[in-house]
Amino acid sequence: GRLLCGPGLRRSGAGLLVTKCGLLRHRAAGGGAYWVDSQQKRYVPVKGDHVIGIVTAKAGDVFRLDVGGSEPASLSYLAFEGATKRNRPNVQASALGVGDLIYGQFLVANKDMEPEMVCIDSSGKSSGMGIIGQDGFLFKVSLGLIRKLLAPKCEIIQDLSQLYPFELVLGMNGRIWVKAKTVQQTLILVNILEACEYMTAEQRKQALAKLSGN
Amino acid sequence: QVWQIRLDMHLLNHDGNITDAASIAGIVALCHFRRPDVSVQGEEVTVYTPEERDPVPLSIHHMPICVSFAFFHQGTYLLVDPTEREERVMDGLLVIAMNKHRDICTIQSSGVVMLVQDQILRCSKITAVKVAEITELIQKALENDQKVRKEGGKFGFAESIPNQRITAFKMESAAVDTNNLEQQAGEIIAKADPPSEVFANPILHTPGTAQIGEGVENSWGDLEESEKEEAVEEEGESEAAAFECHKVETEDTSAVRETKNDEPIVLSDSEEEEVVILEPQELPRKTR
Repeated sequence: GRLLCGPGLRRSGAGLLVTKCGLLRHRAAGGGAYWVDSQQKRYVPVKGDHVIGIVTAKAGDVFRLDVGGSEPASLSYLAFEGATKRNRPNVQASALGVGDLIYGQFLVANKDMEPEMVCIDSSGKSSGMGIIGQDGFLFKVSLGLIRKLLAPKCEIIQDLSQLYPFELVLGMNGRIWVKAKTVQQTLILVNILEACEYMTAEQRKQALAKLSGN
Repeated sequence: QVWQIRLDMHLLNHDGNITDAASIAGIVALCHFRRPDVSVQGEEVTVYTPEERDPVPLSIHHMPICVSFAFFHQGTYLLVDPTEREERVMDGLLVIAMNKHRDICTIQSSGVVMLVQDQILRCSKITAVKVAEITELIQKALENDQKVRKEGGKFGFAESIPNQRITAFKMESAAVDTNNLEQQAGEIIAKADPPSEVFANPILHTPGTAQIGEGVENSWGDLEESEKEEAVEEEGESEAAAFECHKVETEDTSAVRETKNDEPIVLSDSEEEEVVILEPQELPRKTR
């Protein structure tokens, strides 16, 4: 198969150039792929990424969302499950106001055009995307931590779920939305997730043990 | 022919209030910059390289620094230098740029808050204080950098980050013996005198005037070198304090006193001051 050159690496003539600092990773499956795991807080929109956007404006049929990139993304009011032109008073789209949070994916995202988002996947189902409910807390972390949290069987999430029940939305643009039963619990979760950036697994377990002992 | 200068700012990381940080970074960069020396003779212009002649600084007349204020709840709450989270939820923002001569260079107001005149005046006063501090910091840093460069030491960004090293010293944790603590405390409490009478209900004379207890004769005339301390402790704490007072040899500024002992307790070994504490007998709690 062909060897894939992932993020952080660039072909230059016959060789490879590293463009970002970080750890070099390798995957042997399907011909193999190399990439650089780098730590970064600034997000660049990529097609297919699931992100959390903040509605900044409603312009006719289209919402403007702030996704943390260099340009606001656009989201059509039709891009929700079960929305048609006739079915205009779609509860979802009409209830959307400035300041609401949306979880969606990028349909179009390149450096030449304004990115476009949708809240349905290719088969027309919402599959978890859409407006994020009321309350809860939105905060920013680095992209590396998001990738760690999104890995299957993430230890951090498992440890946290032993603490209290909560809802969690992870956006690839570095944004996390958390909601627990009380404001205090929500804030505790926010603090732990932010601290996970720099804590080792040991320290995290200690901190959680202290909290659940309370 | 004129010189043209361009200032590029790269934001590496932030937690809000980029305006202020960027304004400081910009003005410091311009103050720190040196341009090649030039001599003009008639039509001839000679530009010297840094090796031939020392580069000269730009002529900066003043250093405007921005200070940002975030308003919440229609002007009720004011925060100076808001963080990222505070910025996201603020109602309005006021940016004042000032130099150390207290000239306002820029005022910019944004958001949905209506500001009153005295609020803006108050903000400009706060700005003046902050700008004075920041300008002094900048001057010190620039002088430091100049001095280090002249002496040949290391300078630049890497050197200005403080060294955080893991050293070889280790502090052993000190063990505290808590075995007989309850018994020891019990002994102390058993030996001590009972606490003085407590007057729980004040006598109300008129609205605004109440009396607790009887009061004592004024003895101000007698006390020239002594201090009268107020005793407001519970029994347990004061017992421990009495226990401690006798053992303390160094100067102790603890405010814990006992209400029972008649003798003054001399706390300080210093020859300069003589601290004598008089505890009056049977004194009901006096309000001052």
